[in-house]
Formats: sequence, C-alpha cells, structure tokens
Amino acid sequence: MSPLKDNSIFSWTYESVANTLGGPEWLAYGLGAMAVIMVVVNGFLLIGTIFTWMERKVVSRFQSRVGPNRVGPFGILQAIADAVKLLFQEDIVPRRADRLLFNAAPIVMLAPSLLALAVIPFGSGSYVADINIAVLYVVGMSGIASLAVLMAGYSSGNKLALLGSMRAVAMLLSYEIPLVMALLGITILAGSMSMVDIIEAQSVPFLLVSPLGALIFLIAMSAELNRPPFDVTEAESELVGGYLTEYSGMKFGVFYLAEFSNVVLAGALFAILFLDGWEWAVLPSHLWFLIKVFGFLFVASWVRATLPRMRIDHILAFAWKYLFPLSLVNVVALAMETIAWPDPSPVQLWMMIAINWGIAFTAIPLMSLVTNLGTPARAGQRVVQTEEVN
Amino acid sequence: MHTQPVIVNIGPHHPSTHGVFRMRLTMDGENILDVEPVIGYLHRGSEKLAEERHYTQVITLTDRMDYVASMTNNQAYVLSCEQLTGITAPDRGQYLRVIAAELQRIVSHLVATGFFLQDLGAFATPLMYAMRERERVLDLFEMLCGARITVSYMRIGGVFQDAPAEFWPALGKIVDELPAFIDELEGLISKNEIVLSRTQGVSVISGRDAVNASITGPVLRASGVSWDLRKAAPYDVYDRVSFNVPLGDQGDNYDRYIIRIREIRESVKIIEQCVKQIEPGPVRATSAMLFRPPVGESYVPIEAPKGELGFYLVSDGSIAPYRMHVRAPSLINLTLLKQMLVGWKLSDAIVSFGSIDVNMGEVDR
Repeated sequence: MSPLKDNSIFSWTYESVANTLGGPEWLAYGLGAMAVIMVVVNGFLLIGTIFTWMERKVVSRFQSRVGPNRVGPFGILQAIADAVKLLFQEDIVPRRADRLLFNAAPIVMLAPSLLALAVIPFGSGSYVADINIAVLYVVGMSGIASLAVLMAGYSSGNKLALLGSMRAVAMLLSYEIPLVMALLGITILAGSMSMVDIIEAQSVPFLLVSPLGALIFLIAMSAELNRPPFDVTEAESELVGGYLTEYSGMKFGVFYLAEFSNVVLAGALFAILFLDGWEWAVLPSHLWFLIKVFGFLFVASWVRATLPRMRIDHILAFAWKYLFPLSLVNVVALAMETIAWPDPSPVQLWMMIAINWGIAFTAIPLMSLVTNLGTPARAGQRVVQTEEVN
Repeated sequence: MHTQPVIVNIGPHHPSTHGVFRMRLTMDGENILDVEPVIGYLHRGSEKLAEERHYTQVITLTDRMDYVASMTNNQAYVLSCEQLTGITAPDRGQYLRVIAAELQRIVSHLVATGFFLQDLGAFATPLMYAMRERERVLDLFEMLCGARITVSYMRIGGVFQDAPAEFWPALGKIVDELPAFIDELEGLISKNEIVLSRTQGVSVISGRDAVNASITGPVLRASGVSWDLRKAAPYDVYDRVSFNVPLGDQGDNYDRYIIRIREIRESVKIIEQCVKQIEPGPVRATSAMLFRPPVGESYVPIEAPKGELGFYLVSDGSIAPYRMHVRAPSLINLTLLKQMLVGWKLSDAIVSFGSIDVNMGEVDR
C-alpha cells in the first residue's frame, strides 16, 4: 500500500471514498487502485491510438501521399473509425484453429505491454510503482509478446501464420540478448534498475554516455517489436499477414493496438533510459516526456518508410555475429569506466563520453570488417557494362 | 529429429504474385526444396477471340494482355499486321510509335522496379515514387489517345491520331525531369545495404541457361548476353536513333533490378532523339478499318519491356486472322523459375519472382 500513497490520483480517490463518503477502507483502496489503472491504461492506449494515426500520416508524407484526411480534422479520428469498423466485422475462427489459444493470443499480446506500464514514470512523480528491478521487469514483460505471436501463429492452422510465428521465436531468442546487454550497460552506469533512479542518475543523457548502447537498444528493440527492417513475422509481401493472417474483427484490432502500444512503450523506455526521461524540461514534465516519446516514434516511422526487409537468416546472423559482440564491447567498456571513476566529476564524465563515442566509431566499422556484414565497399563492386552497338 | 517437408501455396491470391500466379512450394522450414508453378488463372482466350474479330478490332485485345505495357503490345501487333498486308507506316507515325513505346517501357520498368522493391519489403515508398512518375507518363498517353492503360493507340499503317500541340511541351518536361527522379530513387534505395545483401548473388541465371531457355529482355541482358531486338532487328525508326544496351555481369536479382533502371535512362535518350528528328507529316498510311491481307503468315518480334514480344498471324484472306499466336515474354521468362528458386529461402522466392517482372495478363492471355 505504501508506494501508492504518493500517487495523487490514488490518494484523492482514497480520501474521497474513505473520509468524505465514509466508505470502508478496502473499498477506498480498491477504487483508488482502479482509478490509477484506468487513467494509466486508457491514457497509454490513447497515445497508442494517436500513434497509429501519426504513423500513417508520417509514412504518407514520406511516400508523397496525403494519408488519412477524411475523419475529423487531419483525419485524426481515423483510428476510431477503424476500431468501429473492426468491431462490426465478422469474427471468424478458422475450423482448423485451436480455439482456446487462438482467442487467448490477442489478450496475451496486449496484457504484458499494459503490465509493463506499472513501472514507467510518465512525468515527475507520475508512476504507479517504483520497483527496484524495473528494467528486468519490463524486459520480462516484453518477452511475453513474442509468446503471443507464437500462440497466434501456431493455433491459426495456417502455414503462412506458422512460418511467421517461427520466425518471431527465432528472432526473440536472438535479440533478447543484445537488448538485455544494452540495458545492463545502463544499469552499470546508473547503479540501479529502478526507472526513477536511472533518470536521476543521468546528469548527462545516457544517449551521449553510451551511444553504442543506445544504438543496440534501438536495433534490438525494433526486432523485438517486429518493426522494419525486422518485420519478417508479418512480412506482407511474403507471408500475406504472417501470424495475423487468420485474424479478423476486434481480435485483429487488439493485435494491431498491442503492436502500436508496444512501440509507444519502447519509445517511453528509450526516453527514460537514454534521453533522461522528463528532465531538462522547458515544458511541463508530462508534456516534455511525451515529446521525447513522439520523437522516438517519428524515427520509428521514418525507418519503416525507408528500409526494406531483411531476410531471416541475415537477421539472425546480424544478431549473433554483429550485435552480440558489440553489446559485449559496450558492457565491458562501461564497466571498466565505472570501476575507474565510480562517482564521475563533470570532467571525468565528459572524458567518459569521448571514450565511448571513440569506441562506438571504431567498433562498428571494425565489426563490419571482421564479420563481412555491412561492408560499404559492396555497393561499388558491381560494374554494369554498357555495350554501344551503334 | 524427424522432420517433414511442407507444401505451401503462394498464390493465386497473394500480395506478391503480381496478379494470380500460384507457386506450390515444397519447403523445409524456410528453405525451398521444390517449386511447381501453376498458371492459367487469368486465361481469357485472347488468341481464340482474335479469330472472331477483324484485324483492327484485335488491337483492343492486345491492350489487355500485358496491361502494364499496352503500347508495345499494340506496336508488336500492328507491325505484324503491316508485314501481312504490306502497308508501311509514314515516318511521323513511326516516330510517334517509338516515342509511345519508349514511354511505355519507362512505365513498365518503373512498375517492375517499384514492385520489386515492394517485394523486398520496402513498405511502398519506392513503389509510390515510381507510381507518381508513372501517372505523369499516363497523362501523356491520355493526351495521345484519351486512355491511360488500355490505350489502343496504334493502328495498322500508323497511329490513331497525331499528338496534340500540348503533348510536346509536356513530353519535354517529363524527359527533362525523369533522370533526376531516377537519381532520387537510386539515392534512396540502390546502394542500401539490405537491398544489396538480399539481391546480390541471389537466383543467378547464367547467360548460357538464359539463352537455352529462350529468355529475353532485361532478364537475359542481366545475365550478360547482348541481345536487344531494337538493335538486332530494328523495327520502326530504331535504326535512326543511337542508344546503349545495358548489360549485367552476374545475372542475379541485383543485375535484373539495376538493368531496368539503366534502360529507363536509355529510353529517355531515345525519346529525346525522336523529338529532335520528328517532322510534320501524315501519321497514318490508310484510314481503312477492314483489311483483307493475302493468304500467308507473319511474325515481327519487338523488344517489349519484358522481352521479345511477337504476334504470329496466319491469314486465310478473310478480314479476321485465321490464327493468332502470341510469343509472350512473361510466360517464357518464367521457364527457369524452378532453377532460380530451389535452394533459396521463401523471402528470396518472392524477390526473384518479382525480378523476372512477369505480367499474368500476358502469361495466361
């Protein structure tokens, strides 16, 4: 009960029910907790919904299109129109599907991202819980989403869906490791796994202190989220809809919402871990935090509009041969620096930043050279002859 | 561990089968063990229908074969008819045909490139860019003949009508701006690491295999074989313009992609020369609608965007062809599909299929 006491929504509800209305304490506690959950979950899903609109709009502009512009001003109500359409759509369960798993998968997909919200501070003092293993908790929760993808693909009774879910599992196993290693670097720097402590530990945003970690986090997170260029699980040009192929109606809608919410969650994580959360604010802290999150979301849309899809074996090779060693370099470097300067003064901190950027700029090309992945020379090797017959 | 190959149907209704192609893939996980192409879902009996229509009416049927490149279909058909009837189109008509055909090649290659990159998973951005330029070329077609896709612009003995006055400045503008657009597209994607790693060395066709399988067009030239009917057997006014034939050296997906980009640049050069050389004059040798060609047969192959396209016509002296056979490049270029796909992964199968650039309207006819 103690961590909730700090929460203004909870304490307001608790006080109103227990003192003003004179209700029993258990009811006041329950209603207070429900009020917090309602605000956080709905607020978060609203941001997720706005992101669906934003991505469509941003990607359209990249593709010299206009994007949704019919429903509401600038088409901002498009997501609601979509949801209404999905609600009225026929809900089909294929005959060969495993009904229990098939129906449970969307819930399993959405629930962990909502659970992970518990430890996300959305602004100064606005969090449900500040637990001391928050980073570990979020990683655990995000892993469950891949289980949902496996459930969906496996239970659909569709070969394309099965292929998609198999790819998802292979990718999860590979990218969880660099992701955790990147977060380990942050934990070493902050000396804590609590989100609030991590934000407070950033006198300089960790994006500057640990550029390699931020890069690995970005890449591994887009793989975890099945975002391009790692969207092989629902590669629409190969697998039609991947694990989503057989889903229709609101089950599809929940998957869709969960996917976008997961990206928002990743944006929140990135803002907290690497961009110093709500700090450095010139605006109210919640708004400032949201701006950082939407900055991440814009980059995510940008990548989606630009990059083609990688092949599954390239993705796995990239994870194990390239990202994993890089993340080891990152962790070792950060650990040694932390041992050398346990409590860095500003000068030491800037030296640390210089060293880490140096490491990033040498390690990345070096790894390309060693693994023969991403050699820039490859582009120039091919000569297309031109025959002049006339 | 006991495993068992799985048969996966890609198509006929699938986002990447470019129509209604069906691949029956035998797969071991992601790897392809066997491919069985199934065609015929878009069969409309065009060749049989041609026997029921007089020669000019058949032009509208040819529009609907390769519906991404109607102009070149028209051209191949009317050239064959002209050989049969002995009519020669006037110079201006021939120039207009070449301009239209090269514009059509640009359109077809833009569509091929756009969808190829879409198959690679590039979330429609290059496709939208390509489509944007395609729309501008289709505007030109609209000026020429009033239609954008099913043009039916060419006639036996020339073209349907002369280009209107506003056509030439519009053409000049597009010809000026197209190279910049191609640079933009290439800057976006041609040197992208993911594109390179996914296309280079994948689904290689050797020049020898390509020739043995009668493969023509960009797919053949990507394998390093210099064979372009515009050079080898010039028709219309191709012998009066100079242009290069881009050749690949590996015959992989990357070559097939880059060759098309280069051919767009060459087409622009051809159009520029045609615009300089074209002189006023009649565009059509005869305004007759009905022809009674002498008994005989004819075949004039042309370099359509997808390869050698020719209409084999047999005349029995009546107003309709006794028999029409279409040598469709899309169908024949599919011959090596199995060799291209076996041993590669599902993702490569989609990309390699896209790199051949087939059009199901032409395959099934």
